[in-house]
Amino acid sequence: MEDIKKLLAKVASGKTLAENTQYPTLELEPNEVRAVAQKLKDAGFDYLINLTGVDYGDALGTVYHISSSTDKTALVVLKTKTADRENPVLHTVCDIWQSANLYEREVYDFFGIRFINHPDMRRIFLRGDWKGFPFRKDYNEVNETPTTNVDIDDLETLPSITLDRDGKIVEKNAKLFGANEYVVNIGPQHPATHGVLHLRTSLDGEIVKKIDPNFGYIHRGIEKLAENLTYPQILPYTERLDYLSGSINRHAFCMCVENAAGIEVPQRAQYVRVIFDELTRIASHLLGWGCMAMDMGAITAFIYGMRDREKIMDIFEENGGGRLMPAYSIIGGLTKDVTSGFEKTVLDFVSYMRESIKEYHTLYTHNPIASDRMHNVGWLTKETAVALGATGPTGRASGWSNDVRKIAPYSAYTKVNFKEILRNTDTCKGDSFDRYIIRLDEVEESLNIIEQLVTNLPGDGFQVKVPAIVKLPEGEYYQRAETARGDFGVYIKSDGNKNPYRVKFRSPCMTLISALDPLCKGEKIADLITIGASLDYVIPCADR
Amino acid sequence: MLQLSDIITWIHEFLSANIPAEWAVKLIEYVLVGLGFLTLYALIALFLIIFERKICAYFQCRLGPNRVGPWGIFQVIADMVKILLKEIIPLKHNDKLLYYAAPFIVIMGSLLTFGGLQFAKGVHGVDFNIGVFYLLAVSSISIIGVMLAGWSSNNKYSLIGAMRSGAQVISFELSACLSMMAMVILCGSMNLSDMMESQGRLWFIFQAPIPAFIGMVIYLIAAHAETNRGPFDLPEAESELTAGYHVEYSGITFGFFYVGEYCNLFINAAIGALVFLGGWQPLHFPGCEGFNAVMDYIPSCVWFFGKTLLLIFLSLWVRWSFPRLRIDQLLHLEWKIMLPFSLFNILLMAVLVANGWVF
Repeated sequence: MEDIKKLLAKVASGKTLAENTQYPTLELEPNEVRAVAQKLKDAGFDYLINLTGVDYGDALGTVYHISSSTDKTALVVLKTKTADRENPVLHTVCDIWQSANLYEREVYDFFGIRFINHPDMRRIFLRGDWKGFPFRKDYNEVNETPTTNVDIDDLETLPSITLDRDGKIVEKNAKLFGANEYVVNIGPQHPATHGVLHLRTSLDGEIVKKIDPNFGYIHRGIEKLAENLTYPQILPYTERLDYLSGSINRHAFCMCVENAAGIEVPQRAQYVRVIFDELTRIASHLLGWGCMAMDMGAITAFIYGMRDREKIMDIFEENGGGRLMPAYSIIGGLTKDVTSGFEKTVLDFVSYMRESIKEYHTLYTHNPIASDRMHNVGWLTKETAVALGATGPTGRASGWSNDVRKIAPYSAYTKVNFKEILRNTDTCKGDSFDRYIIRLDEVEESLNIIEQLVTNLPGDGFQVKVPAIVKLPEGEYYQRAETARGDFGVYIKSDGNKNPYRVKFRSPCMTLISALDPLCKGEKIADLITIGASLDYVIPCADR
Repeated sequence: MLQLSDIITWIHEFLSANIPAEWAVKLIEYVLVGLGFLTLYALIALFLIIFERKICAYFQCRLGPNRVGPWGIFQVIADMVKILLKEIIPLKHNDKLLYYAAPFIVIMGSLLTFGGLQFAKGVHGVDFNIGVFYLLAVSSISIIGVMLAGWSSNNKYSLIGAMRSGAQVISFELSACLSMMAMVILCGSMNLSDMMESQGRLWFIFQAPIPAFIGMVIYLIAAHAETNRGPFDLPEAESELTAGYHVEYSGITFGFFYVGEYCNLFINAAIGALVFLGGWQPLHFPGCEGFNAVMDYIPSCVWFFGKTLLLIFLSLWVRWSFPRLRIDQLLHLEWKIMLPFSLFNILLMAVLVANGWVF
């Protein structure tokens, strides 16, 4: 921590760190951001976790959460703001951290901040003809329900702004595709996009030339809704982000609020939460495994995955009440205690699952067609993974150690022994097969965690009493958690009221989707589907 | 014992006795044969649909259809009624004539093949001196329907599907034909009746075990690939091209493709059974007179449909176990593995037959 503070003092000469913050924070003027960002990148901070737009009332700004792939526990925050609300511009950092590309489009979409030298300033979630910028606090535009779908969205023109020599803004337009390109719309209704994702794919015969993901078909404005809800009311929405990691998202949000409000959660609740997180992870990986098999045409394997996932759903239903979304964690603990016989059910499942995994390998991993289709396809190098922020199993398959459970252990993860599953970077460098096999390996590791926790379940209560109205002290809070798809983050800015001032969820899936284009270039259509399945993204998580 | 051929002879004699004009007898018989094939065609498709659904359900730890009728056997009837009642959605900006002709060409291709098959002793539509050649030729007509469907739909997915289908079927046709040619060498005739005749003593698969087995494996793979079913379902590729060449079809026009697919499955298995496994001939071994006599008690149509179903089951087994190939793997399999093997197989068969080293 001291090293980081020294480093920050060095990169931003003359600036002092903000006080009373969760992480070392630098507040910068708009024209200083790029220089500091470049120096941080050179000092090893190559992983932009999150980029959040904030409306401060008098100014509009952005918050950057930055970490490093080498010094993994380090996390610094940069903040900047511009007082110009009419025509706000900031400098882009997407050439420094590639993952900023989509984040900055999102900030433009919600706050209207344009980024100088960003190559693609289209709206990302909202339609092209949307009036106003909804996340601004003074937003009161009325958008009529559209009655026509002709010419509403210009997906082909990429507006961008640059500065000329005199510092004046020059607007430019570029074209996404050439005039004679064969562009196929894969999605928004397509069996292999795992939700309503729209991939505009330029093809040369069977070869993919370029992919442009088009988001927003399931954008529900959860972050905007959250600004008008109390903290307990936000909880159900968190499960509907990445619905396959629902309870992990909910756990992360609960932790963020609990840490901010200083609520101490009983050990038993923490243990059970982690057991549920790991069960969710297994369920998600089983579905991911099955979907990958189905996307490659092996429907039988999919049903096998669903069969075993059903057992987890039964455990959820018995204890939490919900199946896909157990709705189990609340602020201060759990909704109710686990049922009697919980330990036995879970242990039975653990031993059952260990046998099932062997069956999966026999059925699918060792199948010559499957292994031929997965090997040597869709290389993702470690450097690209870090630059794109492709976390989770995808990043780890490329050899990037990014498991938040190890980097910043939370809840009961401090009390268990487990190893982070990494693919050996010497023999394999992150092709589709690595991303496939790492999920099955992670299931086995999750079983180990569950076994350790469930045999040592402490006896103190399952919840603590929390005030009827939860209010967080003024400030900014960020909580990371490892979902089945990677680094999930909850950013809450509170002004001391019962509802948050700004909430932002760091979506692991959005960065995974942005990895599609570099991975699929030059591969075949069939590989595009395999690679998409191996990244295992969930669209509601990206769209929010 | 009553054979199917006896019934046919009886009908012929009945008609000849009651109708004096010979041309009228022939006309009525043609109509009857046509109706018989159409009925058989529909029944086989219906049976295969429920057969596949049940089989794949058990592969997948499910029960399959079990509500309509005992063991759900009437589910297909319900599905058939549903698909007949569904709207045929007209498209804008497509080639109407080709679009509506394509399903008929697919159906026609497989229906023509039915005429050349031998379903039981003395039960067949036509008996050519080039029977095998005829079967191979007309069973490939349906690819034209597939290509037309993909082209005339004016849809990018179906166009890619149709192009894949063209590349795939033309490639695998080669291996299928060459593996059959080896058996033609063994028999010395392309006439299916002659082939049945010479398998009465011993099935071809036992007459020259090594080349016949290689030929049969190659034929089964190639025939499976020609039916556009998994792991060779690239033209449809549900998860890539949504439904490939028939993505724009609805109602009974889609139903034609569906029925055609199942009948092609049957036809390919039937050709395999006729050429390699003795068709309707019972299992005979020279020298085992008692055993042969017992086998003769089983009617010839049971032998034929039993062998065909066995080969269909093998096909389903593969379909529900393997993931889909990629287009380059598919072409690699055909041009670099199966084609050299089938050429070698013809050579091997020719050497064996020329030297009389067959049973």
